[in-house]
Amino acid sequence: MRGQGRKESLSDSRDLDGSYDQLTGHPPGPTKKALKQRFLKLLPCCGPQALPSVSENSVEDEFELSTVCHRPEGLEQLQEQTKFTRKELQVLYRGFKNECPSGIVNEENFKQIYSQFFPQGDSSTYATFLFNAFDTNHDGSVSFEDFVAGLSVILRGTTDDRLNWAFNLYDLNKDGCITKEEMLDIMKSIYDMMGKYTYPALREEAPREHVESFFQKMDRNKDGVVTIEEFIESCQKDENIMRSMQLFDNVI
Amino acid sequence: MAAGVAAWLPFARAAAIGWMPVANCPMPLAPADKNKRQDELIVLNVSGRRFQTWRTTLERYPDTLLGSTEKEFFFNEDTKEYFFDRDPEVFRCVLNFYRTGKLHYPRYECISAYDDELAFYGILPEIIGDCCYEEYKDRKRENAERLMDDNDSENNQESMPSLSFRQTMWRAFENPHTSTLALVFYYVTGFFIAVSVITNVVETVPCGTVPGSKELPCGERYSVAFFCLDTACVMIFTVEYLLRLFAAPSRYRFIRSVMSIIDVVAIMPYYIGLVMTNNEDVSGAFVTLRVFRVFRIFKFSRHSQGLRILGYTLKSCASELGFLLFSLTMAIIIFATVMFYAEKGSSASKFTSIPASFWYTIVTMTTLGYGDMVPKTIAGKIFGSICSLSGVLVIALPVPVIVSNFSRIYHQNQRADKRRAQKKARLARIRVAKTGSSNAYLHSKRNGLLNEALELMGTPEEEHMGKTTSLIESQHHHLLHCLEKTTNHEFIDEQMFEQNCMESSMQNYPSTRSPSLSSHPGLTTTCCSRRSKKTTHLPNSNLPATRLRSMQELSTIHIQGSEQPSLTTSRSSLNLKADDGLRPNCKTSQITTAIISIPTPPALTPEGEGRPPPASPGSNTNVPAVASNVVKVSAL
Repeated sequence: MRGQGRKESLSDSRDLDGSYDQLTGHPPGPTKKALKQRFLKLLPCCGPQALPSVSENSVEDEFELSTVCHRPEGLEQLQEQTKFTRKELQVLYRGFKNECPSGIVNEENFKQIYSQFFPQGDSSTYATFLFNAFDTNHDGSVSFEDFVAGLSVILRGTTDDRLNWAFNLYDLNKDGCITKEEMLDIMKSIYDMMGKYTYPALREEAPREHVESFFQKMDRNKDGVVTIEEFIESCQKDENIMRSMQLFDNVI
Repeated sequence: MAAGVAAWLPFARAAAIGWMPVANCPMPLAPADKNKRQDELIVLNVSGRRFQTWRTTLERYPDTLLGSTEKEFFFNEDTKEYFFDRDPEVFRCVLNFYRTGKLHYPRYECISAYDDELAFYGILPEIIGDCCYEEYKDRKRENAERLMDDNDSENNQESMPSLSFRQTMWRAFENPHTSTLALVFYYVTGFFIAVSVITNVVETVPCGTVPGSKELPCGERYSVAFFCLDTACVMIFTVEYLLRLFAAPSRYRFIRSVMSIIDVVAIMPYYIGLVMTNNEDVSGAFVTLRVFRVFRIFKFSRHSQGLRILGYTLKSCASELGFLLFSLTMAIIIFATVMFYAEKGSSASKFTSIPASFWYTIVTMTTLGYGDMVPKTIAGKIFGSICSLSGVLVIALPVPVIVSNFSRIYHQNQRADKRRAQKKARLARIRVAKTGSSNAYLHSKRNGLLNEALELMGTPEEEHMGKTTSLIESQHHHLLHCLEKTTNHEFIDEQMFEQNCMESSMQNYPSTRSPSLSSHPGLTTTCCSRRSKKTTHLPNSNLPATRLRSMQELSTIHIQGSEQPSLTTSRSSLNLKADDGLRPNCKTSQITTAIISIPTPPALTPEGEGRPPPASPGSNTNVPAVASNVVKVSAL
C-alpha cells in the first residue's frame, strides 16, 4: 500500500466532486444507457456482461484495424509497376512488414515511425503531409503498393517526375496550385523538425521570410500562387535544385 | 533511432524530396556506399544450434560483439560460419534484440547466467525492455542480497584479529552463539525475565486468608519473599543494562534504541519505589508505576526472533494500521451519533450521550456484542444491524495487508536463516573442491618426484605411479611447480600447516617475522588461534628457500633428519603412508617444506612420517641455521 500512483489518485478528489470518474477516466455524464447499466450492476443476476465498454469508438477502431491484414500484390506485378528490382522490393517489403505487421500504415503509425528519425524536433506535421502525399487514393492508410509507388517515383523517376511529386506534396488541397498559406504550413512543418536547439536560434519570422523568397523565385507572373508549370520551370532553371535532385539516385 | 526502423531509412531519405525545392543553399554530398554488396545471410552457430540472420540486422548495433568486427574472431573458416561456444537459449534473446530492438529477460533463466551472457555479447542490461525490466531488477536485487549476506558473514569472520574486550563483549551480547559465556548469560537473563513476569502475576493471586482479616493477595502475604525476588531480578537487569551500556559501540545510539528504553522502563519502577515508599500522597502513583513492570516481558524480544518480526511488521505496516484506525474512528462516530438520536426517544435508554454510544458502537463493530447496551427502538435496531455488518467489512479490509506484510518479512527471515544454515555446507563444499585440486597437485608432485627419484636411483621396474592426469592438469601442476621453484618454497596442505603451528607453539621458540613475508598481517600473530577457524583465506607466503638436492628428493616423502649442521627436515605433503619400498638411505635433504622455520636443535629427529617436527631454519645453505624466520604458508 505504498505506491505513489495510488497516492495521486487518493489526492485527486475530482471523483468526489463529480467531474471525473476514476475507473473509466471519463466525465460521468449520466446518459440513459449508463444509468441503466449502473442499476443493473447492483442486481445480483446481471454479471459483468452488463458493463459498458469504456469508449466504444476507439475500441472498435482498433479492433477493425487489427483484424485487417493487407497483403500486397505479387512481386511480379510490383516489379512491373515500379522501377525497383526484385531484390530491392524484397528488402523494402521486409522493412515495411517489420514495422507494420498488419500490412498497412495508418497516419499515427506513420508519424511515429517518421519521428524516430528526428528526435530533436517535432516531425508530426511534415509526416502528415507526407502521408497525404503517399496515400494516393485518400483512404486513410498507406499500403505497401502505395509506399513502393511513391518511393519508385522519388528514387527511380526522372527529374520531372520528382518535381511533380514534390509539387504534389506541397499542394495540400490538391487544387493544382500552391498558395502562400499552403507553403507557409509546409515551411513551418519543416522548421518544426529542427526543434528548439539550433544555431542560430530560430526566429518566429524565419518560415515566413523563407516563403517570401520561395515565391519570389517561383512565382513568375506574381499572381500569388505557384502553378505546376511555374514550379517546374523555375526549378529547372535553378542549378542547386537540379543537383540536389540527383541525390536520390543512390538511396537504395 | 531504434534499430527496428533502420529499414525505413531509405524512405526517410526519399521523403527529403520535400525540402529540396525550398532550399536556398546546395545540399551536402551523400555518403557513398563503398561496399555496396547485397545483403547477405550469415550463419551463427551457437553450441550446435544454427541461427541465421542478415548481416545488416547485426550491424544495427555496432558497439556490440555481433555488430562489430569482434565477431571475426569467432569465424570458422572451414564451415564458413561464426561459432560461439555459449548458451543457445540466451542467444535467442540476444538475437531477438537485434531483430526487434527490444531485449527481453526470460523468467526461467538464472540471473547471473543471463548477466554473463549479456556481458559476453557486449550488451548493457539497462536496455531491457519495460515488459521484462521489473522482473530483471527483482531477481538482480535478490541476488545482490545473497551476495551481500555472504560478504557480511565473511567479513564478520575475518574481522577476528584484534577485538578489544569491549567489542568482544558487545558481540557476545548481540550474538549469543559466539561463546559459551554469552550463551550462559543469554539463558540466565531469559530465566530471570520469566521469573520476574511470573512473580508479577502471582503477586496478585489471592492466597488464602490469614485468620482475622480478609483475603489477601499473595503479594501482601509473603511480601518479603516477593520483595527479595523482585530485588534479585532488578539487580540482574541493572547489571545487564550497565554491561550493555559499557559495551555498546555508540552509547548515544544505544540509549536511544528501543530495547534500552524497555530495559530502563522495566527497572525504573523499582528504584522509584525504593525512593518514595513512605510518602502517602504519591503511593497511588507508585502503585500505578508498578504496572510498568509488565514491560519486562518485552525484554523477551531479544530472545525470540518471532517477536522481533512481529514488531518489525507492525512498524512497517504503520500506514495500514493508521488507515484502519482512522476508518474505524470515522465509522464509530457516525454510528454512535445515529444510534444516539435513534434511541433518544426510548425511555430508560442507556444511550445517554454520543460518547456513551461509542462503547456500543465499538462493541458491535468488532462483533463482540457484550449486550450491556442494546437498542430498544426499531430504528435503533435497524441501524444497529447495519453497524455490525459494516464493522466486519471495515476491519476485514486492512488486516490481510498486515498479514501479507508479516508473511513476507517472515519468509525473508526464513530465507536468511536457511542461507546461514546452508552456508557451512556450502563453504565446506567449496573447500573440498579447493583442497581437491591442491591435493591433486601435491599428490602428483609426490608422484612426480618419486618418479624422478626412481629414475635417478635406477629402479626401472617401478611403474609410474599415480593416475594418468589430463594435459590440462599436468600443465597446471607444472605451473605450480614453477612457482615453487621461483619462491623456493613449497605447497603443503592445511592439516600439515596446523600441525606445524601447534608444534611450533609447543616448542615455544621465539620467532621473528621474516621481512620477505607477504602474508596477511593478521595471520602471523594468530596462526594458532585460528586453528578452530577453518577459513579458506590463507594467503600465499614466501617460504624459506627450498633446495632440492639431487637424488635425495625422496625426503619429500620421508622425514629425514640429518647429522649435518644444516639440518633440514622436510615433510611430505599428503598421504603419509609409508612407502616402504622407498627407503633408501637418505642423506641430507634440504627440502624445507614449510611452515615455520624455527631453529631446531640438531638433536631433533622426526618421529616418523606422521608427525613432522617444525621445519628447518634458514633460507639457504650459506646462511647459518640460526637465523630463524617465521613463515606462514598457505594451503591452497
